[in-house]
Amino acid sequence: MSDLTRLSAASLSKMISSRELSAVEVTTAHLDRIAAVEDRVHAFLHVDAEGALDAARRVDAGEITGPLAGVPIAVKDVVTTKGVPTTAASKILEGWKPPYDATIVERLKQAGMPILGKTNMDEFAMGSSTEYSAYGATNNPWDLGRIPGGSGGGSAAAIAAYEAPLAIGTDTGGSIRQPGAVTGTVGAKPTYGGTSRYGLIAFSSSLDTPGPCGRTVEDTALLHAVMAGHDPRDSTSINQPVPDVVAAARLGKNGDLSGVKLGVVKEFAGDGSEPGVLNSFKESLEALVKLGAEIVEVSCPHFEYALPAYYLIAPSEASSNLARFDGVRYGLRTGDDGSRSLEEVMSLTREAGFGPEVKRRIILGTYALSSGYYDAYYGQAQKVRTLITRDFQSAFEQVDVLVSPTTPFVAFPFGSRTSDPYQMYLADLFTIPTNLYGGPAISVPCGLSEGLPVGFQIMAPTMADDRMYRVAAALESAVGSFTPPEL
Amino acid sequence: MAAISREEVAHLARLSRLAVTEQELDRFAGQLDVILQSVARVGEVAAEDIPPTSHSVPLTNVYRDDVPTPSLTQDEALSGAPDAFEGRFRVPRILDEED
Repeated sequence: MSDLTRLSAASLSKMISSRELSAVEVTTAHLDRIAAVEDRVHAFLHVDAEGALDAARRVDAGEITGPLAGVPIAVKDVVTTKGVPTTAASKILEGWKPPYDATIVERLKQAGMPILGKTNMDEFAMGSSTEYSAYGATNNPWDLGRIPGGSGGGSAAAIAAYEAPLAIGTDTGGSIRQPGAVTGTVGAKPTYGGTSRYGLIAFSSSLDTPGPCGRTVEDTALLHAVMAGHDPRDSTSINQPVPDVVAAARLGKNGDLSGVKLGVVKEFAGDGSEPGVLNSFKESLEALVKLGAEIVEVSCPHFEYALPAYYLIAPSEASSNLARFDGVRYGLRTGDDGSRSLEEVMSLTREAGFGPEVKRRIILGTYALSSGYYDAYYGQAQKVRTLITRDFQSAFEQVDVLVSPTTPFVAFPFGSRTSDPYQMYLADLFTIPTNLYGGPAISVPCGLSEGLPVGFQIMAPTMADDRMYRVAAALESAVGSFTPPEL
Repeated sequence: MAAISREEVAHLARLSRLAVTEQELDRFAGQLDVILQSVARVGEVAAEDIPPTSHSVPLTNVYRDDVPTPSLTQDEALSGAPDAFEGRFRVPRILDEED
């Protein structure tokens, strides 16, 4: 195997800009790695070798320079890429080639980052295991019989398997952080509105947040800086300077957290987590105390209602957003034999094109928004969202960041949580509150439990993304990184 | 008592334009019942006087300058259509024949 694929994005970037390495060489090494391991990992739904090599040649020709110029990247298949198939892992979009790029994809291209391909995910980003992909699951490089997390399991597995040094994910309830945790990689959910949603196929518009995935905290911060910032094409984009996450990650590496107060959420301390996850979490807290951090227990009494509130709000928004898949403007059309009405064709198309989890959520959301149930379900969930936001605000009056395990359990075997959908939802128990609040959060590898990676989550106030990068980099410097077995 | 009946699921599927099968109805009704009983816990929170949050960003109306900008061409906009005719999306009949 080529050693180039083992290098960090930061090192690759330095070696490409000093001409020690060419961008074509680096891109080719990753394409070769993809060809060598994809039959076992299945992280990609589409590989765009030609497009990636074209972009690399432009960097080598000196047309584009910049902090990540020539560093290849994988993009989750829920993000539109002009002329390159984009399916959101759904049959309803099979073969669709978007006529435009998402803003974040434009930014990757302007930064000279070759896009290797599109990564697998749960259909329309609904799931925690990639088992709901219409094109087959992705396998966790740590143990090919286990899930890589979801929905962005393809992005996380691609970087864990050294198929790409960096990847783009999207996080609606934990879809960047939970895959990061179970694959031993870093995943960050920026402040909502800090990264553009333009060109992101909408799942739950008030929660969806694109973000960076990497193998190190610094690499993740470098990608964050490239993709973030105001976009006039997204009406909820925040028009403020992006926090300096790269400087914060570099500051954190010095391993000094004197004066930093970490809040441990009392309500997340015990129930529901595997013992191995809790052990790694506690050892990480001890490591952070040695770096000078102070631990404060804080109470967020409404966090226990975050999961129920989320599974009303997100499906409600999804039921509306997914109405666009009607067999008229793009994607699949089924049953149009000349005898059926538009409504019949729509119903047959959606029945054939959507998988079971997407259907469940559309039906659930339609129910929660129905007259007679709206106040008790959707309306009440929005009020709970206010209370969760207040819990965060009062916690951040006492501490700088909140910390918890990222997910209650390590990578589980395929099939173990698909028969009872609610068991799958529990994977997002600790990640969901942040989405309802809108703040940033990051998962960083912190240990192993029975040979499988455990993630440590750091949650920060809105637009204080830099804070979580500093603590994450400090923790990384203390506990080191975790390398999966050879494939 | 079940939070949701098989008949209600069938009605919601129709509203959602999903031509679900009988087997799916059986399966979804049971699963949605478990999910609904779990999410109904939001009702335990006393929140009468609490304002709802629809969105975490404190923005109201966001305007752009009223200036035309380039957009997709007609060909680009139709490029993904399952069926198109003379520059338009072509759809199955909307009115019943007796209408």
